[in-house]
Amino acid sequence: MVVASNPILSMTGINKSFGPVHVLHDIDFAVYPGEVTALVGDNGAGKTTLVKCVSGIYGVDSGEIRFNGEPVNVHGPRDAAALGIEVVYQDLALCDNLDIVQNMFLGREERRAGLLDEGLMERRSRDVLSSLSVRTVKSVRQVVSSLSGGQRQTVAIAKSVLWNSKVVLLDEPTAALGVAQTEQVLALVRRLADQGLGVVLISHNMNDVLQVSDRIATLYLGRLAAEVKAKDVTHAQVVELITTGRSGDIGLRPAEAAATTI
Amino acid sequence: MTTDQTGAKESGPSDLAQADFARDAGSSTLSDYVRDYISRVRGGEVGALPAVLGLIVLALIFSRASDRFLSVFNLANLVSQAGITVLIAMGLVFVLLLGEIDLAAGTASGACASIMGLALVNKGDLHKAFGTTVWVIVLLFLVAAIVIAVMSRLWIAVGIIALAGLMILTSVGTGNEIGAIYVAVSAGVGIGIMTGFLVSRIGIPSFVVTLALFLGWQGVLLQFIGTGSAISTSNFNLINNISNGNLPPLLGWILFVVVVGGYAAFTLWRSVQRRSEGLSADPVAVVLLRAGGLALVSGIGLFFLNQERSPNPATNSIKGAPYVLPIIIMLMIFWTFVLTKTRFGRYVYAVGGNAEAARRAGVDLRRIRTAAFAIGAGMAAFGGIVQASRLGSVPSDAGGGNTLLYAVAAAVIGGTSLFGGRGRARDAVIGGLVIAMIPNGLGLLPNLPSSANFMITMLVLLLAASVDALSRRRSAAS
Repeated sequence: MVVASNPILSMTGINKSFGPVHVLHDIDFAVYPGEVTALVGDNGAGKTTLVKCVSGIYGVDSGEIRFNGEPVNVHGPRDAAALGIEVVYQDLALCDNLDIVQNMFLGREERRAGLLDEGLMERRSRDVLSSLSVRTVKSVRQVVSSLSGGQRQTVAIAKSVLWNSKVVLLDEPTAALGVAQTEQVLALVRRLADQGLGVVLISHNMNDVLQVSDRIATLYLGRLAAEVKAKDVTHAQVVELITTGRSGDIGLRPAEAAATTI
Repeated sequence: MTTDQTGAKESGPSDLAQADFARDAGSSTLSDYVRDYISRVRGGEVGALPAVLGLIVLALIFSRASDRFLSVFNLANLVSQAGITVLIAMGLVFVLLLGEIDLAAGTASGACASIMGLALVNKGDLHKAFGTTVWVIVLLFLVAAIVIAVMSRLWIAVGIIALAGLMILTSVGTGNEIGAIYVAVSAGVGIGIMTGFLVSRIGIPSFVVTLALFLGWQGVLLQFIGTGSAISTSNFNLINNISNGNLPPLLGWILFVVVVGGYAAFTLWRSVQRRSEGLSADPVAVVLLRAGGLALVSGIGLFFLNQERSPNPATNSIKGAPYVLPIIIMLMIFWTFVLTKTRFGRYVYAVGGNAEAARRAGVDLRRIRTAAFAIGAGMAAFGGIVQASRLGSVPSDAGGGNTLLYAVAAAVIGGTSLFGGRGRARDAVIGGLVIAMIPNGLGLLPNLPSSANFMITMLVLLLAASVDALSRRRSAAS
């Protein structure tokens, strides 16, 4: 486990409102290279909003986003992609009728003399999948519709690392998967971090979170309740943080938590 | 390709054996390939199989029912009958690939053909032919299409339409047959750009847009034709010859060697090359079988087309493939190339497969949709020109009736999915032959009412659509 001192991506004092609804309150959130940071919270806690702020789909009302220590403005998904921030959404952005190679390079096809360079794309796809030790896919020329849920998730995640990305945000990658497939995807998430990427894992499943993550950031009604080391907390403590915003002496101060609930 | 199998491989000890994409070079032997193919068909990827089977079944039925069906005369007739449907269907494949529909392709083909006819009959002076008001409206329409094409960054379409607009404005080149054909096809491209604008930027469902345009282009056609009942084109040799002229037999064989030999050489080279680089490739045996099959079928077809079929050979010899056949083959090769080798083609499939995924990947959906409609209507104009050639005129109902339905049916029967994301240019050719064979074969049967024609076509279309729907369900389930 790489212990990095400087975050690759850090957000300080992030506020975001939709009309009268104050969705994010002064969020401080950091992603470290080589670590899996889990982002947990109940429905409506603001997880997805925070991810969309990072990926440029929403602008922030106030607060600062730093990438590699430099303040950056992210105005759209393309800005985020240019920085090396990739998001793997819950509803996988794959085309069923295309094969794995075609999907991995969709929108960024390699070309030679103006024509698609299938050989190069096929080799690079295979290299990326091998570097992530993906063994479950028989051929990179299989169409996605013939893949299982876990294999699709694998392709979606592999696609995000094809572009020398630095930070990968995964929105509920294991939500629809069986036990064996969940294990594979979690192993893949771990390997992403071991390759030095900053990984953000959004999940509802506490077992997954405790198994794979290094840090756990808990959102409670739009506030950051706590950011803790995964090895310092128990399953019950995390659940308590999610449901009440505090657990023992970690989490929001009682007054703060009470103010939030109103 | 069931999930159980994959599940077993994922967890079992065979995991390591499968490592590093053991099967990535593709099936290496013929029997592997056949097994893969059968499992693909069972998984719902039927491709052109139903159409080819249908073609064989229909040919068997009709040849037993009438001895004239397999005559050399009828074979040539079938090719030129199918030509119109095939060309319109080839353009529709692009629209259908996106999961959209263009109901106006038929009547648009008639309107475009009438522009060609008018230009020729009036020796290139479309101003006189249209009258000032209509002429100005047509030019403004083309300017609007150019503006939309610029907005969508479709530079090729901009160039095509701009040149045609200049030709109409100055009457330069429009009196020439090639020039008139060019203007007609460009008008089709302009029509498609407008359709694409209404669908992709205004956001009207393509079904509604093209239903309205279906009526609209019929009106435009009547407006263009004016008081006459048809525009005669039979005096213009080049246009007349598209459907009625024949490729000299020797030239036909040369073309056969170039196309089939080129196909065999290219696919063989690709297979060997890719295999040597460790990429996935079809086994050489399969490639050779495919090329051999193609050579056999097209060789037999060309042999018969090259036979003398004139009732009176001494005075008027008729032999060779109709010119429309090489035109179709060239266009099929061109569009296959566009769909498989260019980024645009890849995006057409991506948008048809999952528009949201394509959008997130940075694909400009409006651009792709507009371009697909432009290709659809441009190819429809080709179909209209072939129809004018076959009939010797552009009648007031050109492209009406069941022209469009036959074209959609041809694409679907050939294997293009109505749900989008699946289809090839060749589907139009195979499906078009099936569709043309029905009225052709039934027409040879004595005592068969024309009502049967429509009803049998209905059955074939419903059968094709069922195959499409069922295979889609099947591949979604696996």
